[in-house]
Amino acid sequence: MSGKVFKYGDNVNTDVIIPARYLNDASAENLRSHAMEDIDAEFAKRVQPGDFVVGGYNFGSGSSREHAPLALKASGVAAVIAKSFARIFFRNAVNIGLYLIESAQMADEINENDVLTIENDILKDVTTGRSYPLPPMDEHVKNILKCGGLMEAVKHEG
Amino acid sequence: MKMTATQKIFAKHTGRESVAAGELITADVDLILGNDITSPVAIAEMKKAGDRVKCPDKVVLVLDHFVPAKDIKSAEQCKIVRDFAREQGIKHFYDVGCSGVEHALLPELGLIRPASLVIGADSHTCTYGALGCVSTGVGSTDMAAAMLTGRLWFRVPSAIKVVLSGTLPRFVTGKDVVLTIIGMLGVDGATYKSLEFFGDIASLTADDRLTIANMAVECGAKNAFFPLDDVSESYLLSRGVKPDAEDVVTADEDAVYERTVTLYLSSLRPTVAFPHLPSNVRTFGKDVPEGLKIDQVVIGSCTNGRISDMRAAASVMKGRKVADGVRCIVIPATQEVYRQCLQEGLTEIFIDSGAAVSTPTCGPCLGGYMGILAGGERAVATTNRNFVGRMGAASSEVYLASPYVAAESAIKGELACPEV
Repeated sequence: MSGKVFKYGDNVNTDVIIPARYLNDASAENLRSHAMEDIDAEFAKRVQPGDFVVGGYNFGSGSSREHAPLALKASGVAAVIAKSFARIFFRNAVNIGLYLIESAQMADEINENDVLTIENDILKDVTTGRSYPLPPMDEHVKNILKCGGLMEAVKHEG
Repeated sequence: MKMTATQKIFAKHTGRESVAAGELITADVDLILGNDITSPVAIAEMKKAGDRVKCPDKVVLVLDHFVPAKDIKSAEQCKIVRDFAREQGIKHFYDVGCSGVEHALLPELGLIRPASLVIGADSHTCTYGALGCVSTGVGSTDMAAAMLTGRLWFRVPSAIKVVLSGTLPRFVTGKDVVLTIIGMLGVDGATYKSLEFFGDIASLTADDRLTIANMAVECGAKNAFFPLDDVSESYLLSRGVKPDAEDVVTADEDAVYERTVTLYLSSLRPTVAFPHLPSNVRTFGKDVPEGLKIDQVVIGSCTNGRISDMRAAASVMKGRKVADGVRCIVIPATQEVYRQCLQEGLTEIFIDSGAAVSTPTCGPCLGGYMGILAGGERAVATTNRNFVGRMGAASSEVYLASPYVAAESAIKGELACPEV
């Protein structure tokens, strides 16, 4: 996969990822068209399938709304890279199959608009030429992601 | 094996002698909560994997965020939840007229038992830890999986010990306690961890504790835990819940805490979280500036919409008028609180002072409806979040405070606290 970077700061909360005024409609199209609106009015227009979102500490803090990772997934975001993730956002992303990468080094070194690729567990910043091995993933989390989300995993277990 | 109180409750629900911080477990849950925003997503997810809720009596569905329905789309979402409750035989379904803001409603209805494990598809589900249980916010898919299987995956949390010492001065409340804690820890200072309370908790009312536990998520915590004592036991008894010996869970003496934070309650002052983070706290008499003009006040929410909050606000507003140019919106959190306000004459005090009194709803707290801010407007609110755009336009501002401060601010037309 290959895509460009949208970079934000610390504490990107779920209220700005998808403002509550749009929570009366959980359709992918509604969530996609308002994603990140309150901190980046251009995001929904510019984002392409395969792009990356990079944040600082405490990405996804605040409300438990699963609409937030769903909005990023519906926007085609390949992965969110951040220094740390808030607890419920982390669960929600895993449960719906949105890929998260926790790395302070990547979050510091990767810039807005850089082009990234992921191949064979290596993330490459094509713009800066830097490469990063992907951090190891918890087995339980890996299994849910492999199944394509928690409900698929639950079905699998019978 | 030395365990925190939270770890003991997780162990019990996993059928094991002990669990350790960091471990991934699958635990049986006692109560599964959802609202009109999160339940429709959960219902759609659940139906991908099965037709029937495993234990309908463990599911609680509350319509509270956008009700009475604010628009057609909200009405459709409510209808999905209503139909599902009927189809699945869910008796704990609370609709307009018998409902309220979920985290004020569940304890009031006696649905929260100490030592239980509660999950809710709402981040402020951590509220119930005030009553000696483990309760934590999750997402809609989590809710779906729990409805279908009765179980859910968890990472066993490590913990921070919060030691309270002394008693609160006049006009200083649970809200000021929790804002101070969030200011000390930062908005991610307790991420993935429990906040377990020790020390002079007996001086805190059940309502104060519910307010404190409610905002634990604002410093990232998975849950807050107050051990059961006479205060919480008499609250529970008044709600028809009779705790037994097994319900009293306390941490082992040698349980490991990553960090200890001590709070001298008698030294606390009325506290305000300035935009745009709940950790951005300032205190009156120290660094709250004078003359900060405001446009709106909101008194209500799952944080501060209980009867004690209404009494506090009314005690400040009695015989006084809301300042010109300020809208003051008072929202009792449940139908019972609403009725009590009427019976105690509080509603009359609010109306005489020029405030608008609403039926229960989460409405303005999350920028849903019933008090949205225009660009550049400023609100003092007893709610729990002050993020960019939380209550309306992206350029509006929310200041989080106690009902005393919110009410005094409404009267003065600027950020203010009652004089002792």
